[in-house]
Amino acid sequence: MRLTVRHTTTYRYAPPRRAVVQSHRLTPSVFEGQQTIWWNISVPGAWTGATFRDGAGDRIETVSMLGPVEEVLVEVTGEVETQDLAGVLRGHRETVPPTAYLRTTRATHPDTGLRELSADALAGADGDPLDRAHRLSRAVAEAIAYVPGETHAHTSAAEALSLGKGVCQDHAHALIGAAIAADMPARYVTGYLFVGDEPMGEASHAWAEIHVPELGWVGFDPANRCCPDARYIRLGSGHDAQLAAPIRGLAQGVGEERLDVSVDVAEAAQSQQQ
Amino acid sequence: MSDGNTPPFFNEMFDATGAVRPPYGGLDGWAAAMPEELRSLKQSEAEALFRRIGITFAVYGEGGSPDRLIPFDMFPRVFGADEWRRLENGIKQRARALNAFLVDVYGRGEIVKAGRIPARLVYCNEAYETAVAGITPPKGVYSHIVGVDLVRTGPDEFFVLEDNCRTPSGVSYMLENREIMMRMFPHLFQQKRILPVETYPALLKRTLASVAPAKCQGEPRVAILTPGHFNSAYYEHSFLADQMGVELVEGQDLFVEGDYCWMRTTEGPKRVDVIYRRIDDAFIDPLCFRPDSMLGVPGLMNVYRSGGVTIASAPGAGVADDKAIYTYVPEMVRFYLGEEPILNNVPTWQCAKSDDCAYVLDNLSELVVKEVHGSGGYGMLVGPKATQEQVAAFAEKIKADPDNYIAQPTLALSTTPTFVEEGVAPRHVDLRPYCLVGETVELVPGGLTRVALTEGSLVVNSSQGGGVKDTWVVDE
Amino acid sequence: MLSRTAANLFWTARYIERAETNARLLEVGARNALIPNTGGGYRNEWESILHASGTSDAFRAKYGEAVQRNVETWLFFDRDNPSSVTACIEKARENGRIVRTALTSQVWDALNTAWAEVREFGRTERSKLGTSDLVDWTLRTASLVRGAAMGTQLRNDGYDFTNIGHFLERADSTARLLDTKYFVLLPHVTFVGSGLDNYQWRTLLRALSAHRAFNWAYGGEITPPKIVDFLVLNRASPRSLLTAVEGVNHHLDRLARAYGKATSAQTRARMLLGEMAELTPEDIFDEGLHEFLTRFVRDVSALSEVVHETYLSGETR
Repeated sequence: MRLTVRHTTTYRYAPPRRAVVQSHRLTPSVFEGQQTIWWNISVPGAWTGATFRDGAGDRIETVSMLGPVEEVLVEVTGEVETQDLAGVLRGHRETVPPTAYLRTTRATHPDTGLRELSADALAGADGDPLDRAHRLSRAVAEAIAYVPGETHAHTSAAEALSLGKGVCQDHAHALIGAAIAADMPARYVTGYLFVGDEPMGEASHAWAEIHVPELGWVGFDPANRCCPDARYIRLGSGHDAQLAAPIRGLAQGVGEERLDVSVDVAEAAQSQQQ
Repeated sequence: MSDGNTPPFFNEMFDATGAVRPPYGGLDGWAAAMPEELRSLKQSEAEALFRRIGITFAVYGEGGSPDRLIPFDMFPRVFGADEWRRLENGIKQRARALNAFLVDVYGRGEIVKAGRIPARLVYCNEAYETAVAGITPPKGVYSHIVGVDLVRTGPDEFFVLEDNCRTPSGVSYMLENREIMMRMFPHLFQQKRILPVETYPALLKRTLASVAPAKCQGEPRVAILTPGHFNSAYYEHSFLADQMGVELVEGQDLFVEGDYCWMRTTEGPKRVDVIYRRIDDAFIDPLCFRPDSMLGVPGLMNVYRSGGVTIASAPGAGVADDKAIYTYVPEMVRFYLGEEPILNNVPTWQCAKSDDCAYVLDNLSELVVKEVHGSGGYGMLVGPKATQEQVAAFAEKIKADPDNYIAQPTLALSTTPTFVEEGVAPRHVDLRPYCLVGETVELVPGGLTRVALTEGSLVVNSSQGGGVKDTWVVDE
Repeated sequence: MLSRTAANLFWTARYIERAETNARLLEVGARNALIPNTGGGYRNEWESILHASGTSDAFRAKYGEAVQRNVETWLFFDRDNPSSVTACIEKARENGRIVRTALTSQVWDALNTAWAEVREFGRTERSKLGTSDLVDWTLRTASLVRGAAMGTQLRNDGYDFTNIGHFLERADSTARLLDTKYFVLLPHVTFVGSGLDNYQWRTLLRALSAHRAFNWAYGGEITPPKIVDFLVLNRASPRSLLTAVEGVNHHLDRLARAYGKATSAQTRARMLLGEMAELTPEDIFDEGLHEFLTRFVRDVSALSEVVHETYLSGETR
């Protein structure tokens, strides 16, 4: 599938801030499932520098603005050719060993509830790790209903599970916790999703990856009860939502911050590509 | 039982026949010839000097009042040149192996693949920073200042208690203790050839400059990053900055723009090439680690990872000095250097392993038990010194959370003569030398000797009645 | 040098100067309290002292009526008063401690000793501490710190920032002290030229350690124009506003030379100096002493703000 992305994030500060620094993880991953046709990140009035690829294979850019800063506009546009690899992250280069993803954070820590969910899901399963991963993903999808507005950015997996409601971030955190409880390395992944005309669809998306011996990292999206396919564009990963965030920033000074995000993922018209 | 002269304790000054061992030659006469009044006069002179310098802080992150003085004992601790040479080789060997290990576990992980150390112990360790995987710092050095804590149990027996690969503190004591001894007893320095330690700041600066990023042209600009003047080791931070002639900066003095890190000066921004940080990993950069950190510099980790600045010690270095990893350091020496370790580890039982735990619980009254992440001598059990009730209570704590404890045999720490109320008496000591790793590996002949001032005590921590001594290496 | 280091040096000097100002205010108050109130009704002249120190609201919130003992506590001991002598000494020492390595041991000793002594005062029974002793101690301490800096500090940019802080604060404080006279006399214009008026002027000069110098320089009767000339326009007077403004200019010029770059701080300082140099006592009385001083304090504060933005904030590119 050929997908076009237009993702704008606007931060407005009142009063203006002394300076703003952001770390961006906004470039599509490089692996066999996606090929970037063109990609552009623009932040008017800002310095971009300190660019590198981190150990998890993500491209990171640093953006800084000298104050007084009233507004930061991050505009991401581009086009990516994707193909369905059934969630398998084939051909992705990274240095962090999978074992490192057996560590949990406050957001993914499996409490008793998550441990039970994990054990119940795997009861009677054979040793096939891919099957185990699917079972866990299904169990999480069933345990947490997709209900926006009930959880917030700092809700932990354990909290979302006991609430029984959440959004894709909570699903991903819960799946990571459940997988690690079952001794399978797991991590948080951010990206875009082509939702077509679906009214409930969120084009800015997050899911989880579980490490399966032989296959490597495989994506699971409990929120949509599937594995990432050609509708997905992968940006980057981390131990949890905060560590994998596409934009991590800090505005120096105090005051109000208003955030506006708009994401639009569309199927590229063939004629436009020529 | 422990007057320090009778076995099992090795007295560094007197041999079994009561003769003075060569390194201490002359000091017996010096101490004996010092009348009581002169000694207390000198002692208060030393204290006044310390207070005047303002060197009032706790070593090793033990906390405590920043205005507290650590007792200084005027009786020096002495090593002979040949004794020192062996120690020096052992310490340098260890520092090299620890750095090789760090480069490896953030890179290809050969030691793990070879099965010489369990993967989880490394990669699931809290001190392992996923964020720096794949980064090889300039000259392949993660830990630029390695503090190796040693104890001695016999003429040739030294044991490493722990390694400090992050930001070992206390080196200002090493330098100030020497300064004060030279001022108070100049004739001793005329009589004995005592190797100088005052080159340390210059060596440290050279070490730091040698690991400047490849992008840096010309003389590298070095700065020390401190959490601020409320920190208990602030004196040391400002002392080192002053001695090296570099700026002492706080996070707010630095900012990131473009590919580099800059310092705010009265003449505008100046680029910083090497940051010797005295703050923990978690606080270095709120965009990479703890988002609530006010001490760090937003974006600094990105500049570091893209090669615009060197951070010493490198973030993530802590995985090498974890108490659980410690057990494997001799293995690192063999694996990376193809050498046999010169210095021994203390045999360590990990209560996380059930066999070890059972042994520990059966032999508690003979062991020293420590918390894996503890420091400062708190939360530990010294079996032979504990009452039965204390031992029983501690056993319950271990059973409740075995992963949190390691145990070691009670070591017969050596003693050195120390000035006490009644005159001179043996007291137990340990040693922390500071090894510098850059383009070359350097060690100044000396270190910080801590002494347990209480008779019979084996705990040298200043929070528990410990003091410090000048440490000499004599070339005779 | 590091902007923050420059700021610490700047503020060390300002706090020392401010401690001295408060001690001098204390002295004015104590002397004024020795003369009987004349005229209609009771007048509490401590109010005017608090007013001049700029802390009368905070004082009233804590203590209510301005009773001598409370005002003395407030101006010397009270840490709730950010410009009490104790608070200033502590802050000066704290700023100094942060930049310990930029100070000579003589300067540090002076600061550290002052801090230890002021803490000792806090533990001493009040009846054992006479107000004049406390005032003397403060003046002596401030002289010691300044003297140590003058005698031993390297003449680098740090020295300039120290002195800029010192002169800016002194300009501000002399203006405020001079203004106490306005507050003391405001409702009693009929007293101008009376014995009481004269006494108050003398007290002010005495508080500025300037009464003898004044006699040498002008002799004879104390008149408002002479006083204003002496404390505002006389280049020989160490506390005059003009001397302070000249000092600021001198050290800003040194900085510009050392850095090879002049900034708006130099421009602004020179403008203020130019304006001051043209003035006569008559101009000042035409404008009104209080109005002139208010404007001057505002100008000094604006200059201080520019110095901060240019050199101390670290925001310049």
